[in-house]
Amino acid sequence: MGSITLKQVAKRFDQVEVIPPLDLSIENGEFVVFVGPSGCGKSTLLRLIAGLEDVSDGVIEIDGTNATELPPAKRGLAMVFQSYALYPHMSVRKNIAFPLKMAGMEQSAIDEKVNYAAKTLNLADYIDRRPGQLSGGQRQRVAIGRAIVREPAAFLFDEPLSNLDAALRGNMRLEISELHQKLATTMVYVTHDQVEAMTMADKIVVLRAGNIEQVGSPLELYRSPANLFVAGFIGSPAMNLVEGPEAEKLGAHTIGVRPEHFELSREGGTWTGRVGVSEHLGSDTFLRVDVDGVGTLTARADGEFPARHGDTVGLTPMPERVHRFGTDGLRLA
Amino acid sequence: MARAVTLNRRLINTGVAWAIGLLIFFPVLYTILTSFKTEAEAVSRTPSLIGFDWTLENYAEVNSRADYPRYFMNSVIIAFGSVILGLIIAVPAAWSMAFVPSKRTRGILMWMLSTKMLPPVGVLIPIYLLFRDWGLLDSRVGLVFVLTMVNLPIIVWMLFTYFREIPGEILEAARMDGASLKNEILHVLTPMALPGIASTMLLNVILAWNEAFWTLVLTTTNAAPLTAFIASFSSPEGLFYAKLSAASTMAIAPVLILGWFSQKQLVRGLTFGAVK
Repeated sequence: MGSITLKQVAKRFDQVEVIPPLDLSIENGEFVVFVGPSGCGKSTLLRLIAGLEDVSDGVIEIDGTNATELPPAKRGLAMVFQSYALYPHMSVRKNIAFPLKMAGMEQSAIDEKVNYAAKTLNLADYIDRRPGQLSGGQRQRVAIGRAIVREPAAFLFDEPLSNLDAALRGNMRLEISELHQKLATTMVYVTHDQVEAMTMADKIVVLRAGNIEQVGSPLELYRSPANLFVAGFIGSPAMNLVEGPEAEKLGAHTIGVRPEHFELSREGGTWTGRVGVSEHLGSDTFLRVDVDGVGTLTARADGEFPARHGDTVGLTPMPERVHRFGTDGLRLA
Repeated sequence: MARAVTLNRRLINTGVAWAIGLLIFFPVLYTILTSFKTEAEAVSRTPSLIGFDWTLENYAEVNSRADYPRYFMNSVIIAFGSVILGLIIAVPAAWSMAFVPSKRTRGILMWMLSTKMLPPVGVLIPIYLLFRDWGLLDSRVGLVFVLTMVNLPIIVWMLFTYFREIPGEILEAARMDGASLKNEILHVLTPMALPGIASTMLLNVILAWNEAFWTLVLTTTNAAPLTAFIASFSSPEGLFYAKLSAASTMAIAPVLILGWFSQKQLVRGLTFGAVK
């Protein structure tokens, strides 16, 4: 089991309210990603769940039991930190065994679990090395191993991949997703990288200034962002937001069109503009197009699309894919 | 010609370092040399550094007049006892200030340090009276307590500096892993801070070993350490420099040897955190 429920949970540091009262429900076995810009309170929220910070108000329930006042170790959660937080004076084996030792488990049972975790995470060859002798990816695996052996109700990940290089990050992302499939344990994952959020999550929680802006599956957030913030944050490259007469024509204050939701043509379209920059990625081409009266728009074309700097292209938004927002920034029905 | 300049500079640096080192060490060296002279040579108006008749008679005399092993044991118990007790108090104190700082942490640290600025004689009367009333005069336990108090600010400050270098996330990881506060300090913090703790211990053992105000004032015979042993050779009949030097040499030899063997650790400890 591993359901987590936050009821009116708030956090204040002195007089500063970093997390206004919020409610959130995480179901057993879900992979939930907290995403948002730096300083939005996502790590603080994770630390509140972990018990590393005390809540100022509200109740945290884990598996239906009030855990608000419980110390971190008693909550049945395991955490993987951004900096790995391995014990540098202990070997990989001792690092992974540490939580079991603290739980007072018998040595034979500890050995069995450690060996299993090491095998699962391809750490068997490094088991007697110290963290200082491992690469970033291996260290992160040890940190995950240390979390796995506890068989926690839920795993908490605090930006675990941000210290890794891009290639390794991609691999580890897959490994964590596979681990989730295999263990079917609840995972709460904090990241500022919306690609991680989109690719890994069952449910994304978008945060801004401590407020939950929207909760939903990656596709829900992508298809129906609740407001301008979510619209601009989810999706890469970001959604094009257009204000003024063009938006008013559709009865909105702002309209949003994702780069991949334009029909492009060399023969003109709803909006015609001049290509400023074209980025050829092989599979795709991203065009930055300056349109008079609208602004600079980003459009995605296929990799073969023949457009260069200075060319004129026509952009036609797919009508059913245009998002409309009111003056308050909220989505219009 | 960059190489020549570097070589010259290195020679100058080495020369200056040696000169300063010898200057600082000279009183110790002269004490050791004097301990091998006769009393007449020791007070001679034209002292010689090595061209004298070497003799061991001062050591024989000092040994016959005083029970060196007893003084030595007292010094060991008082110095190590006070530092170990100090560490037991200071490790949790420094942990709290380094990892759970409050608005007042800085003030408390400064206040602790400020007690070192007070001349010890300022609190002599109250401490003496307390010791008298509690029956702690001339007792090892009493001296262990008083030297713990004397060195505690330095121990806390040094440990605080080392602990601050340890990432808080590692301790949080230990907490998540189910470590109690005791286990967190015992299994994670202490092993990680061991080099710092060792340096703190060494420096404070040396300070406690050489402490000469409280050890002289609060002891007579039973608990008297080596500082009292040296002082016992300054008699009302006059100073016997050679014997005094022999006693001093015997008193400082253990801590000099300890310092010599642990100098790497000491230097590392004292410059810890200075360069990231």
